[in-house]
Amino acid sequence: MKILVPVKRVVDYNVKVRVKSDKTGVELANVKMSMNPFDEIAIEEAVRLKEAGVATEVIAVSCGMPQCQETLRTAMAIGADRGILIETDVELQPLAVAKLLKALVDREQPQLVIAGKQAIDDDSNQTGQMLAALADMPQATFASKITVADGRAQVTREVDGGLETVSVALPAVITTDLRLNEPRYVTLPNIMKAKKKPLEVLKPADLGVDVMPRLKTLKVVEPAGRKAGIKVADAAALIAKLKTEAKVI
Amino acid sequence: MAALVLAEHEGASVRAATLNTVSAAAKAGGEVHVLIVGHNVGDAAQQAAKIGGVSKVLVADAAQFADGLAEAVAAQVLAVANGYSHVFAAATSYGKNILPRVAAKLDVAQISDISSVESADTFTRPIYAGNAIATVQSIDAIKVVTARPTNFDPAPSEGGTATVESVQAVAAGDTSRFVSRDVVKLDRPELQGAKIVVSGGRGIGSADNFKLLEPLADKLNAAIGASRAAVDAGYAPNDWQVGQTGKVVAPQLYIAVGISGAIQHLAGMKDSKVIVAINKDAEAPIFQIADYGLVGDLFQIVPEIVKELG
Repeated sequence: MKILVPVKRVVDYNVKVRVKSDKTGVELANVKMSMNPFDEIAIEEAVRLKEAGVATEVIAVSCGMPQCQETLRTAMAIGADRGILIETDVELQPLAVAKLLKALVDREQPQLVIAGKQAIDDDSNQTGQMLAALADMPQATFASKITVADGRAQVTREVDGGLETVSVALPAVITTDLRLNEPRYVTLPNIMKAKKKPLEVLKPADLGVDVMPRLKTLKVVEPAGRKAGIKVADAAALIAKLKTEAKVI
Repeated sequence: MAALVLAEHEGASVRAATLNTVSAAAKAGGEVHVLIVGHNVGDAAQQAAKIGGVSKVLVADAAQFADGLAEAVAAQVLAVANGYSHVFAAATSYGKNILPRVAAKLDVAQISDISSVESADTFTRPIYAGNAIATVQSIDAIKVVTARPTNFDPAPSEGGTATVESVQAVAAGDTSRFVSRDVVKLDRPELQGAKIVVSGGRGIGSADNFKLLEPLADKLNAAIGASRAAVDAGYAPNDWQVGQTGKVVAPQLYIAVGISGAIQHLAGMKDSKVIVAINKDAEAPIFQIADYGLVGDLFQIVPEIVKELG
């Protein structure tokens, strides 16, 4: 069984992003970039399924600039067997990425696609669900536990109000939530090994996919700021403030 | 021009987030219709018909919708979406699960988690955990949108006189099956609708210690939340998580106890009207956005506050 895992190169989660002064976006020059944390969890889960003998091959896919090759090398250092980069400098929106992945699903015929539930840059939370719809596959989003057996995946999902368990027939798309696993640390020998693994580069046109954006970003601004308030001395002073000044209790 | 709102419901009643979504849809400028997909949802449909500003309620009532599976519900939305200028849902785990399927099948972009409607085709939405706000314009014929409930006032739950219409239920395959649900029923208000939220972080120290927050929440009739650090450490269940990837709340009063204030947590609560922070570290980033800060030992301070509240 093959598992396909899309991975996105995003601004590292520790970086405090700054909006550009011309309001066209956020500053990306000289900013540390990393693999989207949810995608790292997805790769880890796929590699664990391979180590458990459930999967035979893990393929990492990234879409975007040539630098996404670094993200694919990280995925291969975690344990993916090979990488595919769909290279373009067009701004890719979730629908376009889902179409690119659908084309790859047709070519590679994976039984499982494990994707991060959202990317921490655009916070869209769409690509996995869109891919499932385009490929006519069932989906299990926001997964915190995955068991694969007898041609189905049983997935516990984190939903508002608690947990829900669904069983989906393979092939299926699963998106990961934070509690699914803790990704391993990448070791130096594995980084060296990853450099020798195959990495294929394609263009969207090779897959016959139109990736033109459907949403125009008119501007990007800083959110309205919040000023720091005051420190109060003790519980009594706090309650007094909340009652008489803020009037919220 | 009309907007379709996919309602979120519990069979007998419409969930509160639907009211906020109706107001968001109304801002797009046309009529608002509500679609209810479920099984034995007659009561929810009657309730939806009373929501102010709704002119029509469509009901797809069939056994295959009983568990709200994304594949079945999305197929039903697609069956009625034709002719609408907009399809809205709340940016909750229900809406986020279903709506991208609808958008992909319509071959349109989805605009996720909007914080305002600027015009029929232009919306604002937070990106980078709320550290930037993007204004985006859709060039698609149908706009598929999820709306962040806390950014829109709820539509009135009474006063509307919408017509209720049954629609043909679309058959669903069985590639996806519901197995079980483990929903924690609390005696407290729901996190996303609560006027007051008391949240605990890593500083609480253990799942047992989280009980410290209960008397305080009881006194204030507050919901209890948690930071990602506390959830990851197993101190609190996942559905309590407030933040970029958890729930977004904007109560009148948010009390952060033992929470340092990571960016991703602030993304989920910084629109609260009044923020109180209690932390032993005077340099914790949470104090930079708190209206009232109290530096000290939370195990001492929280019981004192409970006592002060009498």
